[in-house]
Amino acid sequence: MFSKLWRSEMPGLFAEPLLILVAMGVGLGAYVTMEEGEKYVEFIAPGVVAAYAMFSASFECTYGSFVRMKFQKTYDAIITTPLNIEDVVAGEIFWGATRSFITACAVLAIAAAFGLVNSWWALLIPPLAVLAGLMFSSIAMLFTSLAPAIYTFNYYFTLIITPMFFFSGVFFPLSAFPTLVQHLSWIAPLTPVVNLMRSLISGQPGEGAWWGLAIVIGITVVFFALSLFTMRRRILK
Amino acid sequence: MPIIEVRNVVKRFGSIVAVAGIDLDVEEGECFGLLGPNGAGKTSLVRMIIATSPISQGSIRVDGKDVDKEPRRIKANIGVVPQEENLDIDLTVLQNLTTFARYFDIPKAEARERALANLQLFELSDRQQSKIDELSGGMKRRLLIARSLINQPKLLILDEPTVGLDPQTKHLVWQKLRSLKEQGVTLLLCTQNMEEAWHLCDRVAIMNEGKIIVLGGPQELLAIYGGRQILEASPGYEDKDYVLQKLREAGFEWQEVEETLYVFQGDDQVLDDSLRQKLGVRNERSPTLEDVFLRLTGRSLTE
Ligand SMILES: Nc1ncnc2c1ncn2[C@@H]1O[C@H](COP(=O)(O)OP(=O)(O)OP(=O)(O)O)[C@@H](O)[C@H]1O
Ligand SMILES: [Mg+2]
Repeated sequence: MFSKLWRSEMPGLFAEPLLILVAMGVGLGAYVTMEEGEKYVEFIAPGVVAAYAMFSASFECTYGSFVRMKFQKTYDAIITTPLNIEDVVAGEIFWGATRSFITACAVLAIAAAFGLVNSWWALLIPPLAVLAGLMFSSIAMLFTSLAPAIYTFNYYFTLIITPMFFFSGVFFPLSAFPTLVQHLSWIAPLTPVVNLMRSLISGQPGEGAWWGLAIVIGITVVFFALSLFTMRRRILK
Repeated sequence: MPIIEVRNVVKRFGSIVAVAGIDLDVEEGECFGLLGPNGAGKTSLVRMIIATSPISQGSIRVDGKDVDKEPRRIKANIGVVPQEENLDIDLTVLQNLTTFARYFDIPKAEARERALANLQLFELSDRQQSKIDELSGGMKRRLLIARSLINQPKLLILDEPTVGLDPQTKHLVWQKLRSLKEQGVTLLLCTQNMEEAWHLCDRVAIMNEGKIIVLGGPQELLAIYGGRQILEASPGYEDKDYVLQKLREAGFEWQEVEETLYVFQGDDQVLDDSLRQKLGVRNERSPTLEDVFLRLTGRSLTE
């Protein structure tokens, strides 16, 4: 049922992660000293996969969804068919997750081309990206269902998504930050995803992985349910 | 059994009462018209019937099913032409129909077949690969109707389907709607166009301020409320009070829209010559449904 809602658009987000990997990883990496001969680009690659999974889902389920909901009235059209608003929201969230999946695969391919992927565990990265996509789509969808106007998404990105990008251990280990930031970072949904990605790429998923997974699933379930509720309230007036 | 049964329905938006207690039965196979000025509550009522807006009070059954309890099954068998155009601009004309068909679980091949047939019906075949943005307003309206028929509905609900259509296209649409009716489809039509109601509807209800103020066949309503003839008059400014006073004394009914006074002249009513003079009668004509509407709601449709 959800696949009915998918569109055939290709995400335009491939170029950026490549740029980040080259500029930050290779360029900046030349000045960064890592332990045990690890290269900086190796360190950030999994984080970049996670972050771009986050970006794709977030863009899709904020700007993309809002335009369909508010300007194109697509939701109003669909709910006159046997589908109801919950189906529409679920479809949007699954589509956001699909975008994450596609993006993650692309970034993973780039990373692999750099020779940065050296474990069979990495095969679990695309499914993990789907899960992360579901989580970020659900969070975005909740915001969309409450957003009064499209410009409010600027706040969503500058206040929520971008800080996560910088403070969830994508570029620096969390231990590099003051304790306060470390604590904040632990409640950021991107952090467990970055950690999971990192453990999959390096091939050492440890005990903590289950915790990370549980957190991601927990956040997804809560936000998914909330967004169904708030969107029904918004659309069915 | 009526296909739509509305029982004591109220719709509130905060403190606004959009629908103020309506009872209505629409019979299977008829074309029923909902008329009313802007803000009368037509769209609000229709949205509750198609289960896309919660009912504040009362109950609605469509095809014997409660809209609160079985919205999916109800929606599977109805077609909806919304007042606001909501085609998908990312898709082509044809894809708009086939995508919609998938929401109804219509198999792909079948969907394509129906879509093409519907486009042909509404003379859009040569535009099937166009993007929505490339269509004219009238084409979009026609496409909306074509889309609403994709599930071969038993009940078709149209909210002002011919707004903005040129006369020729309007007649094309009316002709298609009539032929759907002949095939047994029930039509519920919201409109501001009295000609449309007159030509298509078996029964009409005139709504005002959330209530149905009168219900009946168009001819019947015309006979009851239209009177014998309508005088269109523009009395001089200084005579106006006097004229209105005289009309009141003689038991005439009238409505004033902008500069024009519409006087309803009943069968046994005569206007004496001096009054006629002062009235400044510009035109005398037979009443239409539009006049009935005007008389009952005090509002013109062309405002
Ligand atoms: N979503 C909404 N939120 C708040 N008020 C609403 C909403 N929809 C309609 N209303 C109010 O309900 C009343 C009836 O509106 P409705 O759209 O049902 O009228 P209508 O008869 O369809 O008018 P029109 O001929 O202009 O389409 C109006 O006062 C309108 O302002
Ligand atoms: Mg309306």
